[in-house]
Amino acid sequence: MSLSSEPVRLAAADPPTATPAAQDESAELAALPVVPARHPWRWVGVVVVLVLVAQFAHGLATNPGWDWATVGQYLTADVIVHAVGVTIQLTVYGTVLGFALGVVVALMRLSRSSFLQTVGWTYVWAFRSIPLIVQLLFWFNISYLYQRFDVGVPFGPALLSFETKDLVSPIGAAVLGLALHQAAYAAEIVRSGIIAVDHGQLDAAAALGIPKGRQFRRIVLPQAMRSILPNAANEVISLFKGTSVVSVMAIGELFYQVQVIYGRNTRVVALLMVATIWYVALTTVLSVVQYYVERHYAKGSARSLPPTPLQRARTRLRQLRAAAARRDLSPVGEASR
Amino acid sequence: MSRPMVDLRGVYKSFGTLEVLRGVDLRVRTGEVTVVLGPSGSGKSTLLRSINHLEKVDRGHVSVDGELMGYRRVGDRLHELKERDILRQRTHIGFVFQSFNLFPHLTVLDNVAEAPLSAQRRPRREVYPVARRLLDRVGLADKADAFPRQLSGGQQQRVAIARALALDPKLVLFDEPTSALDPELVGEVLDVMRDLARSGTTMIVVTHEVGFAREVADSVVFMDDGLVLEQGPPAQVLDAPRHERTRAFLSKVL
Repeated sequence: MSLSSEPVRLAAADPPTATPAAQDESAELAALPVVPARHPWRWVGVVVVLVLVAQFAHGLATNPGWDWATVGQYLTADVIVHAVGVTIQLTVYGTVLGFALGVVVALMRLSRSSFLQTVGWTYVWAFRSIPLIVQLLFWFNISYLYQRFDVGVPFGPALLSFETKDLVSPIGAAVLGLALHQAAYAAEIVRSGIIAVDHGQLDAAAALGIPKGRQFRRIVLPQAMRSILPNAANEVISLFKGTSVVSVMAIGELFYQVQVIYGRNTRVVALLMVATIWYVALTTVLSVVQYYVERHYAKGSARSLPPTPLQRARTRLRQLRAAAARRDLSPVGEASR
Repeated sequence: MSRPMVDLRGVYKSFGTLEVLRGVDLRVRTGEVTVVLGPSGSGKSTLLRSINHLEKVDRGHVSVDGELMGYRRVGDRLHELKERDILRQRTHIGFVFQSFNLFPHLTVLDNVAEAPLSAQRRPRREVYPVARRLLDRVGLADKADAFPRQLSGGQQQRVAIARALALDPKLVLFDEPTSALDPELVGEVLDVMRDLARSGTTMIVVTHEVGFAREVADSVVFMDDGLVLEQGPPAQVLDAPRHERTRAFLSKVL
């Protein structure tokens, strides 16, 4: 297959008033074969990159330092798979709680009440300003600050009373820390999506008397999703990898477990590879999900949606087959695809 | 004269230091078509938006079909209505925007059906046939499942008119409905509006289409600088304007 641009086909451009001479000329041009432009430097670039990739692949295969046997041994070991489960749990809870709270904070910042605006702004300011790891360690040590957690009359007697360390387990502290931190970022992403929706949409919804909650859910949010989604996917993916920070709290998620194992058997590189493969694989799944969710919300945004990679591959295959069939019939045309 | 459909008394509205409406009085009779003319910036759109309380006026009162917009009178006090009650008041008033403002992520049919379903809480099996009939009435029955961006400007505005009619309004407000359209598409929208006027719908139309005013309007209003300068039958306002400024404006647009 050629790397050059698509073969150019000259349209027989006959203006209706063309003189016979001009018609002759354009008919003559239309009959000429077209030689595509050559791009030799592209080929040089391709060769350089291919050589580098081959060297890297060769290194992966032959350098004993990678220790593929150990990678294979641990990749699907029970302890690792369980740790991946914990990582996924932290991500899911962090995302769901974080975005739920984030929507509330975003609506506070967009509210007409200046009190709520201030509360929302302060929340975002506070939770964006403190590093995640510091927040996590605070929550981990919350029972040092507040030994008891009481439900009752404010400043008055307590009706129910809990030991804080019973209420907030290490994993609970981690989820709390991740979700509260995530909510600050989610709030700004959701807010940016909402203010990007054309104000005429709200005018139209208000003029039609559509109830407030429905205006938000049915009219504003689906349109805001278009700009929220790419940023939100970024956040979910960075939260997914960010859960490795939780290893400071000795929670058995993927990165902590990998550290524990290589602390014992000193196969540092191999076990980091195990973690890397899992992180990359799951991020890939998230990216694919992102693509299709974005496509869902793109409904109506263009006259017709571009084909998915799968559809494109199928179309290409069909074209190639058709071209092959044609070549069998007539081995002539370079300009005819 | 019997109770007017629309009654504006001493309406003032400012945006910051800019006074857009400076004491507007206007009455529109039931079943009539009123066309509002005037140079840009004269307050026509703000007037229209204050009728359905999209803009809250600073002073004065707006009533539609005898109901005070945005307030409730209790004894000798006016209580501001809650958002929910204002939304309910608006369901009796259709509004057609210059920029269509169709919901781009909903199909044409869903655009038309949305307000009856959610604002009037009518059942789907009742709403969808009505929505299809309305689309048929504006000549777009075959576009029910298309998305707004797949339509031309004129088609989009016709959908917007069908959407405004879906609530079966007592009054339809048109804010420069043909100003965003290519010249060759203006006619199809005006045709639909003409048809609507003949069916006896009360309409207030802000437009620059003087020909439409002459042909369809029962009453023409000329606004300038936040005031209604004159109001009367088209023959009088368009052919024998009393005001110098009306004359100057007409000489420019005709």
